[in-house]
Amino acid sequence: MNIPIYLDNNATTPMDPRVLEAMLPYFNEKFGNAASRNHPFGWVAEEGVDYAREQVAKLIGATEKEIIFTSGATESDNLAIKGVFEMYKEKGNHIITAVTEHKAVLDACKHVEKLGGRVTYLPVKEDGLIDLAELEAAMSSETILVSIMYGNNEIGVIQPVKEIAAIAHKYGALFMTDATQAVGKIPVNVIADGIDLLALSAHKMYGPKGVGALYVRRKGPRVKVTAQMDGGGHERGMRSGTLNVPGIVGLGKACELAGLEMESEAKRLSALRDKLQNALTVLEESYVNGNVEHRLPHVANISFKYVEGEGLMMAMKDLAVSSGSACTSASLEPSYVLKSLGLSDDLAHSSIRFGLGRFTTEEEVDYAIEVTKKSVNHLRELSPLWEMFKEGIDLDSIEWAEH
Amino acid sequence: MAYSDKVIDHYTNPRNVGTLDKSSHKVGTGLVGAPECGDVMRLQIQVDDNNIITDAKFKTFGCGSAIASSSLATEWLKGKSVDDAMKIDNMDIVEELALPPVKIHCSVLAEDAIKAAINDFRVKNGMEPIVLEKSHH
Repeated sequence: MNIPIYLDNNATTPMDPRVLEAMLPYFNEKFGNAASRNHPFGWVAEEGVDYAREQVAKLIGATEKEIIFTSGATESDNLAIKGVFEMYKEKGNHIITAVTEHKAVLDACKHVEKLGGRVTYLPVKEDGLIDLAELEAAMSSETILVSIMYGNNEIGVIQPVKEIAAIAHKYGALFMTDATQAVGKIPVNVIADGIDLLALSAHKMYGPKGVGALYVRRKGPRVKVTAQMDGGGHERGMRSGTLNVPGIVGLGKACELAGLEMESEAKRLSALRDKLQNALTVLEESYVNGNVEHRLPHVANISFKYVEGEGLMMAMKDLAVSSGSACTSASLEPSYVLKSLGLSDDLAHSSIRFGLGRFTTEEEVDYAIEVTKKSVNHLRELSPLWEMFKEGIDLDSIEWAEH
Repeated sequence: MAYSDKVIDHYTNPRNVGTLDKSSHKVGTGLVGAPECGDVMRLQIQVDDNNIITDAKFKTFGCGSAIASSSLATEWLKGKSVDDAMKIDNMDIVEELALPPVKIHCSVLAEDAIKAAINDFRVKNGMEPIVLEKSHH
């Protein structure tokens, strides 16, 4: 067992050695530009890209012409939201999204607002799911796009995508989903789910960083987005720029492997995750954040009340995890995702996200349980709040000095 | 962000963790910060008849730098007169622990906790609380 143990697979995943192996030839011997149409160097590179396009399409039930390669999910989200807004502005200017979306979606929406768009940010319920009735109430004839993520990066909650798509379509709007955390982890099918645009990223599924894709539906309806990057007209004119051939080949291979191994991997990971969660919620005053039934198989977000997340992570230095605590970011604001579930700031500060992955072993999970328990208990011994709680003092009755 | 060796030392082996009898008139207690801000410090001093701090204890809810700042504060307080304790400046803590700019608020909180504990002691013993200027960040 190697220390530290990596349990931050929602941030990024290590690359699968089989992916690396598939990519390597495309750095040197197959170095051609996939857009070079008149010599074998270009053809070989193009073949690699074409094959990867099929691999990506197959994983999500799409056809290869519907896959636009990008630099990652952030770019895909931007292209989808800004691109739809520009393309469909004759039809309407209203976009609906949710408060728990990734910043790539939220900030692209804010950009659209500056351009005269109107955006509705749906709240979420305590369990992190959106309320379908609220979505429907927000729909209007002006609504051109509904953008709701598939699985949440912080709490792993899976939104009812199929039902959301049906509501969007009922009002003539397109449905886009940021599926960065879901693709390759759970079955995602653009036809069955009714998805018109979908963003995905390679490095969240054991592929390389710096490459992703946007699925853009071609039939029923034919969806178009206005390019956000101008140039040589690559990717059917929707995303110019020389293709990142090794990255794309890696993304393709990562999708192929995910398709083959997802089912057994999800079973294994959810069993390990449940073991971790059950062992840690034995601790007093520990709470799982978000819906536990509609949740990605490898994620558990747990708040340990009366200890602060960053302090806790320092004690758990043998584990690489992440926290919703303000102290981990420059903003000094705790996680907006946890706060939108209605969590108080102190519980948001006390949260730890465990993200298991393909290379996580049971031995590592057992060790993580021990380290976490020990660290929580240690920090509670240091915590004045824990002492007050144990003495039966109501912390809400104290007038805290904000600083 | 990497922590300095001194922060790690105080965090790993915190000095003077604990609780003094807050009902005793020889004990001053300062409780500062707020749970929703992610740090709460409780710092206590025990003062003898010569106005010397004979014991100091803390408990802190917060990040590593907050725990280290309060641990260091208790170390510095022991053996000091109350008047000298009043002079401890947050920037001394910043310097000693090599805190980065985003962690300066932890040292401010420790200074506030010291002053709050001293004032609690003063009020308990029939003295006027010292009017505090707002600490500099």
